[in-house]
Amino acid sequence: MEQWLVQSLVLGLKMFLIVNGLLIAAAYLVYFERKISAWIQNRIGPNRVGPLGLFQSFADVFKLYLKEDIIPTLANKGFHAIAPVISIGIAIAVYAVIPFGEYFYLGGEKVYLSIAPHINVGLLFILGMSSVGVYGLTLAGWSSNNKYSLLGGLRSSAQMISYELSMGLSLIGVLMISGSLDLMQIVQSQTGGQWNIFFQPLGFIIFLVSAFAETNRTPFDLPEAEPELVGGYHTEYSGMKFGLFFLAEYVNMVTACAMMVLLFFGGWDVPFLYETLGLEQGSVLRALVQFGVVVGKMIPFLFLFIQTRWSLPRFRYDQLMSLGWKVMLPLALANIAVTGIIMMIFQ
Amino acid sequence: MNIEKNTEKQRLNFWEKIYLPEIARGLGMTFVEMFKPKVTRQYPEEVWNPTGSYRGRPVLVLEEDGERCVACGLCSRVCPALAIEVAAGETEKTKERYPIKFEINMLRCIYCGFCEEVCPEEAIVMSKDYDLVFEKQEDAILDKDQLLIPMAQLQDRLEFLRQYRR
Ligand code: SF4
Ligand code: SF4
Repeated sequence: MEQWLVQSLVLGLKMFLIVNGLLIAAAYLVYFERKISAWIQNRIGPNRVGPLGLFQSFADVFKLYLKEDIIPTLANKGFHAIAPVISIGIAIAVYAVIPFGEYFYLGGEKVYLSIAPHINVGLLFILGMSSVGVYGLTLAGWSSNNKYSLLGGLRSSAQMISYELSMGLSLIGVLMISGSLDLMQIVQSQTGGQWNIFFQPLGFIIFLVSAFAETNRTPFDLPEAEPELVGGYHTEYSGMKFGLFFLAEYVNMVTACAMMVLLFFGGWDVPFLYETLGLEQGSVLRALVQFGVVVGKMIPFLFLFIQTRWSLPRFRYDQLMSLGWKVMLPLALANIAVTGIIMMIFQ
Repeated sequence: MNIEKNTEKQRLNFWEKIYLPEIARGLGMTFVEMFKPKVTRQYPEEVWNPTGSYRGRPVLVLEEDGERCVACGLCSRVCPALAIEVAAGETEKTKERYPIKFEINMLRCIYCGFCEEVCPEEAIVMSKDYDLVFEKQEDAILDKDQLLIPMAQLQDRLEFLRQYRR
């Protein structure tokens, strides 16, 4: 077969797997969110649909599909329809550059475990895309022609812009250490247990807090603060359009966890694992183990995201802003300076 | 007016002010909570049996020789939701009066128990029925046949009324 045909087939397959895998992962995150919240409140949680309630999220999605799609009369119809698409589309687009492992050889063909491997602005692409994501929420709030939606949308844009700064700055320390914007290389620079978390603990904490704010999760879920704003930016959405916002939130959560694992916890690196198992570079098995390691490392963070939501109350808006601008930003800047000085001394 | 005493600044010590240790403590608390025994009752399988004090669907008491109700209409008069409709008829028996028609609209009833309280004959009482499901609006209007319940089944409630009613 021709070279380009094989490559585009492999690419298409990878895209198919990523998109569907993500949506299923999001569905199960919803399930676990409900389960964990139930356990925390001494309840049982969903247990009726399928064994242990495992098909609950699919029943929910199916229900959303069947629901009536209501568009307010005075809404701006075009933007109202396109806002959820922007949200979910951008949430998924980020996965073009996120690697879940290195590569393997299949019939002489080198297959990478990411859609666009070795893209030299990978990290910038992720940060840029997540800032575009705010358009989805703001447009949703604005086009609904509802004051609560508008407030939610505006809150989300202010919040995201504030925390994007500290998020981006907290990663500069990582960039200085690994000297690359390519996620593959950042992970490779951490091989052998030299994980960035040991060199950048402050950077990690800032990134973690900003990630909570960027994904609109409690304690920073002001754009959808139910007691104040009815439902926030998605008040006027129903049916699967609402479902898309919901899925986008969970996909963003997965993205944040993937970034934490890749940037701070060595990605697929586990000291001595691959040597002990005797998996050589480029074998399919090694790639599978790498994928498993990345996902396995993501699980504690996903759990943290969910547990935090059911433990902490929401910040007040002024507290949110003063935390972002007066604490996170100076700390992130100080972190860059300290990292730079230490690197100068030890070089 | 500026608050000067007992402000957040004075109340919190340094570790509490930087949030993180306190957040970790909170997360630890919820984590421990996850493994405690669950309190949920699996409803359709595990049915809850209320005590006599429970106010479920109002029913009419049926004795051996027919209903207790004398169709005085007081319950209908007192009902805040206007749920009860009574029509009186006469008989040859000692009680002389009986309801020809007695209907309670369960879509209106708010389970306040006023009908029970006002009834001079203790003829209408609140039962333990709480799983009320209707498929049509008309089905929700219960007539006399559906309302009459043998006295033996209402012992808990009658006992409760005997003890606590003034
Ligand atoms: S139930 Fe009691 S209050 Fe109501 S009509 Fe009959 S006797 Fe009168
Ligand atoms: S319980 Fe209250 S609302 Fe219901 S029928 Fe009796 S008086 Fe009316």
